[in-house]
Amino acid sequence: MLAGSNLEKVINSGHFAVTGELGPPKSADLTQLKEHAEAMRDYVDAFNITDNQTAIVRTSSIGVAGVLIQMGLEPVVQMTVRDRNRIALQSDLLGAVALGVKNVLCLSGDHQKFGNEPGAKGVFDIDSMQLLKAFKDMRDEGKFIGGEKLEAPLQVYLGAVANPFADPFEYRVDRLEKKIAAGASFIQTQCIFDIERFKRWMELVRERGLHKKVAILGGVTPIKSLGAAKYMKNNVSGIIIPDELIERLQGAANKKEEGLKIAIETIQQLKEIEGVAGVHIMAIAWEEVVPEIVERAGLYPRPKL
Amino acid sequence: MIIAERKPLEEIFGMLAPYGRIAVLGCGTCVTVCMAGGQKEAEELAAAISIKRKKDKQDVAVEAFTIERQCEYEFIDQVAERLKKFDVILSLACGVGVQTLVEHMPELLVLPGLNTKFMGYPTEQGVWAERCLGCGDCVLHMTQGICPITRCAKSLLNGPCGGSSEGKCEISKDTDCAWHLIHDRLSRLNRLDVLKEIQPPKDWSSSHHGGPRTIVREDVRLASGKQS
Repeated sequence: MLAGSNLEKVINSGHFAVTGELGPPKSADLTQLKEHAEAMRDYVDAFNITDNQTAIVRTSSIGVAGVLIQMGLEPVVQMTVRDRNRIALQSDLLGAVALGVKNVLCLSGDHQKFGNEPGAKGVFDIDSMQLLKAFKDMRDEGKFIGGEKLEAPLQVYLGAVANPFADPFEYRVDRLEKKIAAGASFIQTQCIFDIERFKRWMELVRERGLHKKVAILGGVTPIKSLGAAKYMKNNVSGIIIPDELIERLQGAANKKEEGLKIAIETIQQLKEIEGVAGVHIMAIAWEEVVPEIVERAGLYPRPKL
Repeated sequence: MIIAERKPLEEIFGMLAPYGRIAVLGCGTCVTVCMAGGQKEAEELAAAISIKRKKDKQDVAVEAFTIERQCEYEFIDQVAERLKKFDVILSLACGVGVQTLVEHMPELLVLPGLNTKFMGYPTEQGVWAERCLGCGDCVLHMTQGICPITRCAKSLLNGPCGGSSEGKCEISKDTDCAWHLIHDRLSRLNRLDVLKEIQPPKDWSSSHHGGPRTIVREDVRLASGKQS
């Protein structure tokens, strides 16, 4: 055990893991976020807390994680390298762990031009690979990036993201391998709509035996409307939505139900793919459907470990 | 070379409004080549200032002339006496030229006529692209001549992020993904193994983040400039 988090226990015990996601609000009023968290309580093993997602200013992921811990829930704190240099990132890891955070997900972060402060200076002092490696070294070597020693041991379960839908496709498995070497114990992927491409990526992952070195949680996002699907297809970087999926939604009388069905089918397909260790459900602005998805996908009840 | 762009005319007219005798001083090196601040542009700008003042029924005396480089004292000296006749010098040099002029002739009022943009080159007539950030610790040997510090919007050192799609950067479909280019070039040279190594955090102290930089070369310094 690296940190003894619930997520780590679920993964290590071989259960198909389920993580959810909460996007902090543009205010310090967490009432609605807490309601969503409460509704998902028994349906996910841990909650990702996004870090100023799409570069929009929101309550900090560590702040929200602290609130979740008070509620007896387990956060996965997302940390991007966009807004903080190595001093702040290492310091925030210590602060998060002091608050009781056990899972941290390291990522680059969307470029600041996409957000509500497009004139912001992007930090990018280190990249996501270096962030993972730095946190791993803090935990395993007891050392900061600069070489100085931590004054006490640190326990944290580290994850990273992978995007099988980004290019160059053949590089994406190399990158996964690199992230494992840098310290990732679990991986959450970009939202999967193009399942065939995901399967091709998983084949390459298995060829190298990487699925045995890291727990891969496939990303699933239920689509609420045809507009949402089209918006993601055209505007969200790193996501591929096949035309057939758009057509299927177009032809459906009840778009919401069809969106749910697609998500549930995707999870069922993921469960059949060798080497997929779980699912990461990102129901952005549609958090209330997570329990239904988990239940209908046959993933309820969650293991109590 | 240094690539610059003329400031909007309205901004220039506004800065110059209080002054009657104006010199528009061109620079004969980088900004001449990138067609932002050479003799031709100095003359055009001087004409635009005159027309604007005439329209506003205000007197003005504008002259346009150019020196080889505003970033070297010896060239500034060639026009030092002439510059003193004016109320204001609108420099069409890059930011380095403006500052060199001010440092050498602190009695002059010097205003910038250009926005200095970047170090780059013309990819085609009328198109200039950024190629170097001057980070002070070149990595081009690892990346086969494509700079990820400059050309990757996140200055990543360990390969393309998840926003790279069909060879383009997430910030714009008009921007190439630098790491996609690097990947392709390394692939052609059978050197993709370079991408598998984890590159450690960069030491940014060699860049501007270490504070303003100065290079001292004792081997080429003149004896008079050396501190005993």
